[in-house]
Amino acid sequence: MNMNYFPDEVVEHVFDFITSHKDRNSVSLVCKSWYKIERYSRQRVFIGNCYSITPQRLIARFPGLKSLTLKGKPHFADFNLVPHDWGGFVYPWIKALAKSRIGLEELRLKRMVVSDDSLELLSKSFPNFKSLVLVSCEGFTTDGVAAIAANCRFLRELDLQENEVEDHRGHWLSCFPESCTSLVSLNFACLKGEINLASLERLVARSPNLKSLRLNRVVPLDTLQKLLMRAPQLVDLGIGSYVDDPSSEVFSKLKAVIQLCNSIRSLSGFLEVAPCCMSAIYPICENLTFLNLSYAPGLQGNDLTKLVQHCRKLQRLWILDCIGDKGLGVVASTCKELQELRVFPSDPFDAENAAVTEEGLVLISAGCPKLNSLLYFCHQMTNAALITVAKNCTNFIRFRLCILDPVKADPVTNQPLDEGFGAIVRSNKSLKRLSLSGLLTDQVFLYIGMYAKKLEMLSIAFAGDSNKGMLYVLNGCKKLRKLEIRDCPFGDVALLQDMGKYETMRSLWMSSCEVTLGACKTLAKKMPSLNVEIINESEKLESEQLEFSFDDRLLVDKMYLYRTLVGDRKDAPEYVWLL
Amino acid sequence: MEGSVGYDNDLNLKATELRLGLPGTEPVSIVRRNKRSLQQVADDDCGVNGCKSDDQNETAPPPPKAQIVGWPPIRSYRKNNIQTKKNESEGGGIYVKVSMDGAPYLRKIDLKVYSGYPELLQAIENMFKFTIGEYSEREGYKGSDYAPTYEDKDGDWMLVGDVPWGMFITSCKRLRIMKGSEARGLGRGV
Repeated sequence: MNMNYFPDEVVEHVFDFITSHKDRNSVSLVCKSWYKIERYSRQRVFIGNCYSITPQRLIARFPGLKSLTLKGKPHFADFNLVPHDWGGFVYPWIKALAKSRIGLEELRLKRMVVSDDSLELLSKSFPNFKSLVLVSCEGFTTDGVAAIAANCRFLRELDLQENEVEDHRGHWLSCFPESCTSLVSLNFACLKGEINLASLERLVARSPNLKSLRLNRVVPLDTLQKLLMRAPQLVDLGIGSYVDDPSSEVFSKLKAVIQLCNSIRSLSGFLEVAPCCMSAIYPICENLTFLNLSYAPGLQGNDLTKLVQHCRKLQRLWILDCIGDKGLGVVASTCKELQELRVFPSDPFDAENAAVTEEGLVLISAGCPKLNSLLYFCHQMTNAALITVAKNCTNFIRFRLCILDPVKADPVTNQPLDEGFGAIVRSNKSLKRLSLSGLLTDQVFLYIGMYAKKLEMLSIAFAGDSNKGMLYVLNGCKKLRKLEIRDCPFGDVALLQDMGKYETMRSLWMSSCEVTLGACKTLAKKMPSLNVEIINESEKLESEQLEFSFDDRLLVDKMYLYRTLVGDRKDAPEYVWLL
Repeated sequence: MEGSVGYDNDLNLKATELRLGLPGTEPVSIVRRNKRSLQQVADDDCGVNGCKSDDQNETAPPPPKAQIVGWPPIRSYRKNNIQTKKNESEGGGIYVKVSMDGAPYLRKIDLKVYSGYPELLQAIENMFKFTIGEYSEREGYKGSDYAPTYEDKDGDWMLVGDVPWGMFITSCKRLRIMKGSEARGLGRGV
């Protein structure tokens, strides 16, 4: 029976079951009637690039909006490739939402600039505001956090992940009113400053629904013990400081209370740690599904290995490379449910002490059949190892390999790593995200274009020989959404061959490649639906401007282009040229 | 891997190359354009020192890698937090005061946390919310009203960036961001 004969409310009810953003977007395109029903019933919106749309248009289309996710700066901003003040300001969004009648309840931001003023306006404009998640953001201080604490009466979630926050050592924690009892999730691990420990204890004591608590490094072990007494129902715990004398009374109390915390499934932190205290944690290891020790450089390889041996149900592990290949072998034989592994370098600039190599990765691939997501920093990789990994693991959705020396060949054969990565993409048909490293020629891109049919995001650095490399990817990867390239010999020919392709993608980043100003201008002119931005930091340019008069042959240092419905942005700093 | 397709090992095309970018990013282009010669340099070093097999330990250490901005690809937040902790556990942080002309109070930073000048300057820019100009050996920091300076072991005020990083962190006693005419004076005519 034709759905158009159903009253709108019925169709809307059916749409309630459609939650993924992709599906809802598809549904809205079916016909005018569905577009209308969908837009009025839509509560959650995800905007992957804050410059692709304006807040005004968002508000006009989705009056029922309750939850907004926004991403700002390009991914390479994480690695200092995007200068200060490039953009990604959230204030205009909050201002527009505040003016409207939107009953915002949840705001999730990534790589955006968030001022204290924005946070204050946010906290005062939405009476039902429940959830704030900030990831890799900057621009605010603990004063802004205090405003959220003080004014959001029904706050459930305050989650600050890896933000650079200026700590004014004010009493933001004490700003939670006594009447606030609704907290479910509180994560302040990235804050550096002192907090009032007594306030923290009282806050936890009056939050019966608290499930997730991640502390910063100033919270000592004895406070941890008291907090766990108050909140044995925690599911996710991030430990701040974990240092004490194992023979102390406090430590005995901690051991006892940890036994009661049998709901903990996720453990992180240990920002300061005394390895001799780790044994108290073993009782909860049995049930852990997520363990993040990537910020615990105080734990040596042996400590990590001993801990991991107890974690038989682990699904996600984030760890430092001091665990070593042997330690990864222990992970491989213990953690049979492992789906995601991230191995971070404990000393990114130390080329001497190879902590993990291709051996560790091979062991993991052999022991963990469910592995689907990998981030692996290592000192070397071989084609043989990658080919073995590709045989063992065919379920990868995310595969990110970072060999610390950017152009390192296979140390055994001295060959580029084309064949190894080729094997990975050939056997992992569901691969959505790939990051390459090591010595690579155009050949690897031929393989990627041929086999990586579901690939959505690709990160390339110091790879390839010619434009052909980039063209293989652009032509072959039909689902590509984000492409970021640095220091590769790709130029105008590759950039301009299929300009329409970029309308099917979210964004393209190219830095230190061989793209000229003229080509960027051509692209910008021919494709009005794209914003083509040149980031130009050179102070020299002001004097050279007269000499070259914007010579089209100038090689552009950084280019960022993205599709947009709303033309050039108005908030770009002077050094960003909008073509 | 034969051939140097796309690489100008023989012609010095770099001299005529037109780029928009910081002079300081030159090390990056060197690494990229001559990545095969970087490999060769490593092999040559081995040859010069009579390296015969993998077992011998008399090989020279590998040539120092150029400082590459943004590599390895680790979030700054993570990089800063790991370095700090590591140095704490090694028992040495090189904490120096940082003052900025016009700011009401000073800050302190641990020089060991940074791997080089670009990171240090970026961190100071973020800390005090301003932009340092662009460094050149001839003219100091151009393009802004500020110049980063430091007091060295002899009590002299030096411009940040002139000496190798390792030498800098062992001789720096405190940092001062100079402003205005004083700053411009330091940059020029020295």
